[in-house]
Amino acid sequence: MVLPQFEYLAPATIGEACNLLLELGEGAKVMAGATDLIPPMKDKVITPEYLIDLKKIPGLDYLEYDQEEGLKIGALTTLRTLETSPLVKEKNPAVAHAAKMVASTQIRMKGTMAGNLCNASPSCDSAPNLVAQGAKILVQGPNKDRYINIEDFFLGVKKTSLEPGEIVTGIVIPPLKEHEAAAYIKHAVRKAMDLAIIGVAVKIRVENGICTDAKIALGAVATTPIRAPKAEEALVGRELTDEVIVKASEEAMNSCDPISDIRASKEYRKDMVRVFTKRAIRQAMEQLA
Amino acid sequence: MVHKHTISLTVNGDQIDAIVKDNLTLLDFLRDQLFLTGTKKGCEEGECGACTVMLDGNPVNSCCTLAVECDGHDIVTVEGIARDGQLHPVQRQFIEKWALQCGYCTPGMIMSAKALLDRNPHPTELEIREAIEGNLCRCTGYAKIVEAIQAAAAEMNWEEASHA
Repeated sequence: MVLPQFEYLAPATIGEACNLLLELGEGAKVMAGATDLIPPMKDKVITPEYLIDLKKIPGLDYLEYDQEEGLKIGALTTLRTLETSPLVKEKNPAVAHAAKMVASTQIRMKGTMAGNLCNASPSCDSAPNLVAQGAKILVQGPNKDRYINIEDFFLGVKKTSLEPGEIVTGIVIPPLKEHEAAAYIKHAVRKAMDLAIIGVAVKIRVENGICTDAKIALGAVATTPIRAPKAEEALVGRELTDEVIVKASEEAMNSCDPISDIRASKEYRKDMVRVFTKRAIRQAMEQLA
Repeated sequence: MVHKHTISLTVNGDQIDAIVKDNLTLLDFLRDQLFLTGTKKGCEEGECGACTVMLDGNPVNSCCTLAVECDGHDIVTVEGIARDGQLHPVQRQFIEKWALQCGYCTPGMIMSAKALLDRNPHPTELEIREAIEGNLCRCTGYAKIVEAIQAAAAEMNWEEASHA
């Protein structure tokens, strides 16, 4: 399999990269780890004329945490770095876990969370956590920088709300405060090199035995990751008894309308949303216990 | 129009300057330009791991890496891990433990294993299995491969201890 011809560009600054992307338009693709670009290019599913590699741009490979803003992840920070970082494991174990769920060791050595998001696959493992935790995507464009709330980032399969010339430069995940915990569970046949049949992410806050906030996000059940507001409502203001958790997981099941495909039927996906919502809530509760 | 780039990198310790096309993968660069055919071409899509090499010490799929991306970096292939005519302990233990049958996955498996042992000299069985999660083998059933990596770890730790 030969890669179709394209021109490789490696700008030295993010400003230069944005201008190139704006100028070259639809024919250009931004590249970080390249692991989600090269296979579809070999299959001629996508045939970009230009690849704009971000790896020569200094300052995009960072991983920081502060108590106000939380976890800050650079566009070039690899999934492997997130998976193995003691800082991420301590401050936001669900993010480290979700990173580890992507593909294989080899892919995660090159692949980035930013790239995983920009690829905008419905089964993207990075996204549900970020939706449940209210992350922001840091974007730089030819004229201005801006944040995009993660829930406004995905528009459809392989479609994001990035405008012409805009490049994701980082991800900010708010800190998990006292009494808060998050969990992500991926359901797939294989533990590696497999896409999620479904994925469930939850973030809960439990104070004095009562759930005071809950966010539930589902992956691989729609064209984009989605929230399950009715399931969240079923938790908030209540003690998280088995009965309440069962009710919330049924609401999560009823809030999605997945497709049947090679990986699973619609019915199976819905039922697994029910099962894994329950498990994800319990996993988050265990962290608070 | 075909574009070309001059790249400068180290491959198995040798400094190499080369001219490569934009669309040349690291895999094809190693095999067709440097004639290092130990690295195998399997699925070519990052699924099977037969093409695994080390990029700055990390195992990557060379089929999903562009040669031009490797400018200024360090590559190690299966040809580069023997020392002074002696096979690397991982290579030796793959033979000892019968960890290969057809052998096609072996170079990639060995590079994933070596990358693991370089950063984690005392891996658990689970850590070994996770380290080779991106390497498919259709012959062995993996049990012998895991045994070989365990034996290589023991050998390397013993060597280290005896030199201390």
